[in-house]
This record gives sequence, C-alpha cells and structure tokens, in this order.
Amino acid sequence: MPMIEHGGKSFEVDEEGYLVNLADWDENVAAYLAQEEKVEMSQSHWEVVNFLREYYGEYQIAPAIRVLTKAVAKKLGPDKGNNKYLYELFPYGPAKQACKIAGLPKPTGCI
Amino acid sequence: MTDEMDMEEGGVIKKFMFVNRKAPYGTIYALEGLEVVLISAAFEQDVSMAFIDDGVYELAKGQDTKAIGQKNFSPTYRALEGYDIEKLYVDQKSLDERGLTEADLLVDVQVMDSAELAAMMAEQDVLISF
Amino acid sequence: MLHIVNKSPFERNTLESCLRLATKGSAVLLTEDAVYAATTGSAAEGKIKAAMADLKIYALSPDLQARGMAGRVMDGVNLVDYGGFVDLVTEHSNCQSWL
Repeated sequence: MPMIEHGGKSFEVDEEGYLVNLADWDENVAAYLAQEEKVEMSQSHWEVVNFLREYYGEYQIAPAIRVLTKAVAKKLGPDKGNNKYLYELFPYGPAKQACKIAGLPKPTGCI
Repeated sequence: MTDEMDMEEGGVIKKFMFVNRKAPYGTIYALEGLEVVLISAAFEQDVSMAFIDDGVYELAKGQDTKAIGQKNFSPTYRALEGYDIEKLYVDQKSLDERGLTEADLLVDVQVMDSAELAAMMAEQDVLISF
Repeated sequence: MLHIVNKSPFERNTLESCLRLATKGSAVLLTEDAVYAATTGSAAEGKIKAAMADLKIYALSPDLQARGMAGRVMDGVNLVDYGGFVDLVTEHSNCQSWL
C-alpha cells in the first residue's frame, strides 16, 4: 500500500489516495488531502466534510452523490443540497473528492 | 469519471428482487449482497429485498463486531431508505423458526407469510440470490 | 417461474424453502448435490412427491450419473441434460437460484 507523509506521521492510502484507516483522520490530514486535491478548504467545505463523517458514523458507508445531495438538503437546506452548490465546492465530484478529504472510503455505488 | 453512471433516458424499469438467505459474518454473501443492492440503486429500477432463512439474521438488532475484527455493516441497512430502497420483505416462517419477531429487526420491514412472499417472488423480472 | 436448487436436502434447508415459496405451476430443477432429493428411498422423497401435485420437478441427468444415482430416480421426475437446462431457463420468464 502507498503511504503519505504529513506532520511527521505517515498514513496508509489506497491506490486512489483514500485513507485506509479511518482512525488516522484528523483535520490536519484533511487539510493535507484537500491540498492534494487542489481544494481550498472554507467553512462551507468543512461543513460538507463533517456532514460526510457524520453520515459514515451513522450508516458505515460513504453515500452515493444522489444520496448525499438529498441528505444534505434535508439537514442543511435545499440551497446546499443541490448539485450546483456541491460541485462548486468539490469540482471533481462531491462524493468522491469530499469523501477522500473526509478520510472515508470511495462511495458505494460510485463507478 | 463521473460519480454515477449516466442513465439512459426513458429506459424500461424492471422489478429486481435481491434474495438474502445467509447470516452475516460467517460468509461474505450478506455484505456482498448489500453492496450490490446499493450499487443497483444507481440504475433506478424497481428494487426490493427479501430476507429468507438465515438472511433474517442480517437485520437483527444489537450487532457488535468489535471483538471479531470485522466491520459491522448492519447500520447500512438503515441507509437503504435514503437510496430509495424501501421494499424490504421478511419471511414470517424464517423469523418464527429463529425465535425472532419484527421488533427484533433494525429497520422497518414488511413481514409476509409464505403465500404472499411466493407471489411477490413470482412477479419479479429478475431475482438475484445471495 | 423456474427455481433451481443445487444443495443436498440433507445439508441445507434450501429445497424446503424453495418448495414452500414456489407458486403452483412453477418448475423446480434439481442440480449438483440437490439431485439426491430426486432419488427413491431418501428422506426427501415424500417432500418431492407431495410437491409434484403443484410443481414440475426436473433433475439434471449428468449430475445424477456422476453421483451414481441415475438408476434410482423417482417416478415423475423429469430428466434433462444441459440442453434441457437451457430450454427450461428460456421457457420461463424468471428464475430463482437457491444458492
């Protein structure tokens, strides 16, 4: 497995750069992963990342984009639970990119 | 790469039933079956799941896998609703044989007797077993 | 509807669940270790006999032959070869494999 180095620690990632061990995640690692994805983290980015971690904590899966959008709409309102808003934050796919930054596995149902 | 496969507009919607008959953890069937169901949701078909025989154990409340070092995937059944998979059919006889009732299950289901479940299976276009 | 069973009735309850949940007029094909259920004198004989009232029972001959059971098939069980297996699948609109 490939490793990444950050903050004097090393972390195992899979071949696509997703963290292998959920427990390795913290905000510093997230910031590093975001930088690798060329995403500048704002309050709005963190809101989605934290939402994903909560979703994972509850259901033990990373949601497919359609499911994420719907769940965000329910929790944070329709102005955030839509594709436009989420893709603006994470241009290469909110489910994929935000999940990676959140330290979650690649979403189930993501092809 | 996109997050989801593009759907063909106006495609035919078929009835898919995933038939679950294996207990979790002892074999990989239950987890693999669940993952296939979640992926199938992207294809916007009429998807249902049937839980028969040891498959009813997949839905038992109170699963805690810490000590066996496997992932507890039982909370994921509660995510199915968000994937618009709401038709969960449970075989009454299989529950009875195992000393379980609907109250022992971690999601809302429709419990069916043999005749109801048999009819439901017969009307499917595609049945996929795990 | 076609049901396919491939487990021995002495090891699993697969055959029993199949027979309970097959609707009248359905076909049941016994393959692999399930072919033992189609033999005379076995404890499953009664179940298969009773099922014949509502269901058409088939068994895959190559699997019976392989297991030395070809001469012990119960009356009323229809034998098919691989070509017949394919025909059964195509003749029915849907199919459940009882793994």
